[in-house]
Amino acid sequence: MKVRVEEGSCHGHQSCAIAAPEVFGADDYGNAVVLIQGVIPTELEAKVRRAEGNCPERAIVIED
Amino acid sequence: MSIDPLTDYDIFDSQFVIDPFPVMDQIRESECPVAHTDRWGGSWMPTRYADIVAVAQEHDLFTSQQILVTGPPPGQEPEGPYAAVAAPPISSDPPEHHWHRRLILPFFAPQAVAKFEDGTRELCNRLIDGFIDQGEADAAADYAQQIPVRVIATMLGVPTDLSDTFTGWVRGVLEAGLKDQAIRLEARNNILGYFKREIDDRTANPRENDLITTLLNSEVDGQKVPEEYVHGVCNLMLVAGVDTTWSSIGAALWHLAQHPEHRHQLRDDPELWPSAIEELLRAYAPVTMARIVGRDTEFQGCPMSAGDRVLMSFPAANRDPRQFERPDEVILDREHNRHVAFGAGIHRCAGSNLARLELRVALQTFLARIPDFELVDPSAVTWAGGQVRGPRQCKVRF
Repeated sequence: MKVRVEEGSCHGHQSCAIAAPEVFGADDYGNAVVLIQGVIPTELEAKVRRAEGNCPERAIVIED
Repeated sequence: MSIDPLTDYDIFDSQFVIDPFPVMDQIRESECPVAHTDRWGGSWMPTRYADIVAVAQEHDLFTSQQILVTGPPPGQEPEGPYAAVAAPPISSDPPEHHWHRRLILPFFAPQAVAKFEDGTRELCNRLIDGFIDQGEADAAADYAQQIPVRVIATMLGVPTDLSDTFTGWVRGVLEAGLKDQAIRLEARNNILGYFKREIDDRTANPRENDLITTLLNSEVDGQKVPEEYVHGVCNLMLVAGVDTTWSSIGAALWHLAQHPEHRHQLRDDPELWPSAIEELLRAYAPVTMARIVGRDTEFQGCPMSAGDRVLMSFPAANRDPRQFERPDEVILDREHNRHVAFGAGIHRCAGSNLARLELRVALQTFLARIPDFELVDPSAVTWAGGQVRGPRQCKVRF
């Protein structure tokens, strides 16, 4: 699994960082950044799916 | 509400203020889930999650010329000494909205608001010290109401001793002032008069590590920002940072007073807190915002004219069964929760990370000191409604 944030869609709710703090963080403006480059460790995949399901802007894109 | 809510809803109806959800459900499941009323200056009210999010995201069509749920139409606002001062970025439309928002976002990023956690916890503990020996307290007035106003005053660099005065002004704008424009204008002028003096003082004597000074010195495209912008940001931070968070804290305590199983869950499993906070925000979203239709349009079959007001009831969106399973239940570990308590789109609440921090610290501290509590009299709880919904008197016994 890989994950990215659709830049124009993210408005900084930080719902992803709340659901998966190991994977998502915030830039200086509070917009989401992905902290893990490349493939997401298997043990974090469920959290990433939860992050995707918590984003009100549907800005999280999972690529399996 | 004995009248037909589809064509004549009243956001200030006493029963609707206490419990708006049956009416919201009735409208949402009807043939026309976008209701209309002529009351309070007239407005449209979508009740489905998808429609409310669409209004929030289509900011070119649904403008922020006005954001209060009542009041005179755009262009007919009363003039006053501060007529040029708005509440950026909440009152801004693109393209100015972009820099209006970008300048303040760094103050509210998660890493920036973290520094308020210890002070907020001390404040909560001090408030609890004041009533814990009495075996009874007003969870809304003695606790929830006292927290955000002091946190935001600290952030703005103004005296926390003035918290009662600030609270009175904010209620003047967002509660009594929604039904009486004279009250709203007086409260607004008090707020703006106060911050004008604070700005003048900092212009003469700049301060170190001070939000207002930093904003006054900030530049966009090589030019210092206008003072009206900074003045408006102060206005927004006070007005938007007090009633809203206080209402969330109060409503969450009202819920927890009635749900011992949820108190126990949170005590036994601290890892539940992040999703629990989001779920309480979903279920008891305090804020309804308004938009002004920018051009004649049809929205979900409703003919809307330029200048019409549209209410975005985030409480209604957050209870839509099309989006949330068992929407009226509080499920502390809810897996998928795209709630819009903080709105959506470019106007998403800039203070959301601070609000979450305050809500979490207020609840954690209360539960740590007072693990078990119940409502003294459920029927005696009073609520504010309209723009911001939350309990105003909520006596608990412990």
